[in-house]
Amino acid sequence: MNRILILGGGVGGTLTANLLARKLRRRVKAGGVTITVVDQSGRHTYQPGFMYIAMGGERADRLERPERTLLDPRVGLVVGTVTKIDERTRTVHLAEGERLGYDYLVLATGSRIVPESIDHFVTDAHHFYTADAAMDLRESLDAFDGGRIVIGIAGLPYKCPPAPLEVAFLIESELRHRGLRDRSRLDYCSPIGRAFTIESVSEMATPMLEKKGIELHTFFNVESIDPDRKVVASLEGEELPYDLLILVPPHKGQQFLIDSGLAPAPGGWLPTDRATLQVGGRPNVFALGDATDLPLSKAGSTAHFEAPVVTEQIAAAVEGRAVDERRGAYRGKVMCFFEIGDGKGTLLQFDYQHPPRPPKPNQLWHLGKIVFNKTYWHTVPRGRV
Amino acid sequence: MTETLSAPGSTRTIDARGSFCPGPLMELIRAIRESQPGQILAVYSSDTGSAIDIPKWVDKAGHRLIGIIQRDGYDEIVVEKTH
Repeated sequence: MNRILILGGGVGGTLTANLLARKLRRRVKAGGVTITVVDQSGRHTYQPGFMYIAMGGERADRLERPERTLLDPRVGLVVGTVTKIDERTRTVHLAEGERLGYDYLVLATGSRIVPESIDHFVTDAHHFYTADAAMDLRESLDAFDGGRIVIGIAGLPYKCPPAPLEVAFLIESELRHRGLRDRSRLDYCSPIGRAFTIESVSEMATPMLEKKGIELHTFFNVESIDPDRKVVASLEGEELPYDLLILVPPHKGQQFLIDSGLAPAPGGWLPTDRATLQVGGRPNVFALGDATDLPLSKAGSTAHFEAPVVTEQIAAAVEGRAVDERRGAYRGKVMCFFEIGDGKGTLLQFDYQHPPRPPKPNQLWHLGKIVFNKTYWHTVPRGRV
Repeated sequence: MTETLSAPGSTRTIDARGSFCPGPLMELIRAIRESQPGQILAVYSSDTGSAIDIPKWVDKAGHRLIGIIQRDGYDEIVVEKTH
């Protein structure tokens, strides 16, 4: 018996489960392999949609579906909260008391936001990394009638790297269309020495920020928020007053990965082989998506392209054959759309060896993102693209 | 990334070799936040961008760049936290 246990029912976990169920169908049918997904809520959320709640036009109820409806019938689903991984006994412990054994473990446990790690973040800063927070931001934007908006990043790494720049561009566009641009000032704060981590994207975005009159502040690592003075201060000694503060919250990996000795504190990111996606040299434990420490975007797209690699690695081991190198080695492929406002977008496509060369923004890439968002449920989790 | 925290007054080493930009800078920032003024920090980075990015950040943040030493396959960037 080969027990494949997948922790996390996001993009990476769901797609890996479905690909494995297809690839190992005969063995699953014969009872020699079980594939089980463990998910905390049993609900699958399309997180890239949160930004569109904040920017208008999207509803939270359209971004969630029961995980069961997305899984191949041959995949089991356990709804529960993981508290510990016991590597010695190859057992996963759930808060509900259940113990699940494994022979192969896939850690698709994502990342979590920790806004509370910065004083006054929860009460004074907005973000768009949960549906509720995105709705709050939308309400504040609706009530905004001019003033100073500061958009920044309160910790690296974070999910969906282009998102804060996209939000800056989309808000600038919205203010112009609402006739508020002349009465508003926009500041964009980056924790590093340029607008974006990837140099070629930074070279594209910086002149756009200039053209749209959004002031770029580099090396701005958020240190404190003063709710009385309405000022956000950086570790580097800069202070920016705001009427509306929008910050990407700090992110971490899951605490139980640190507690179980699989990921180092304080970040909790899993030490992952950049090609095989094995965790810390363990032959039977794999990670994908946000949970890894790979120097790549924490994005659904990354998990999407990693899932076939984990599938091939595990399938080869189960079938007792060599890994097919064409399918079983991750080359760092990531692809994501990038909104620039005014109904235009571009595409970031890259891998370990090739930095992105974004095409000139146009309406097509914006529409591509909208179509992708709408068709996601029928394509990505089911392995159709 | 491994880190060695030695006795007060001595150099704190941040081994960020194998980490890619902006990883080494972010590790230095984390260590600076945890350190006291006067602490010397040495960042080991195999990403060539660090020798450009880190001095720029040190200048903006008002700390002191003590030096950059080219080692075998990596740079050692030594910084003093001044405030």
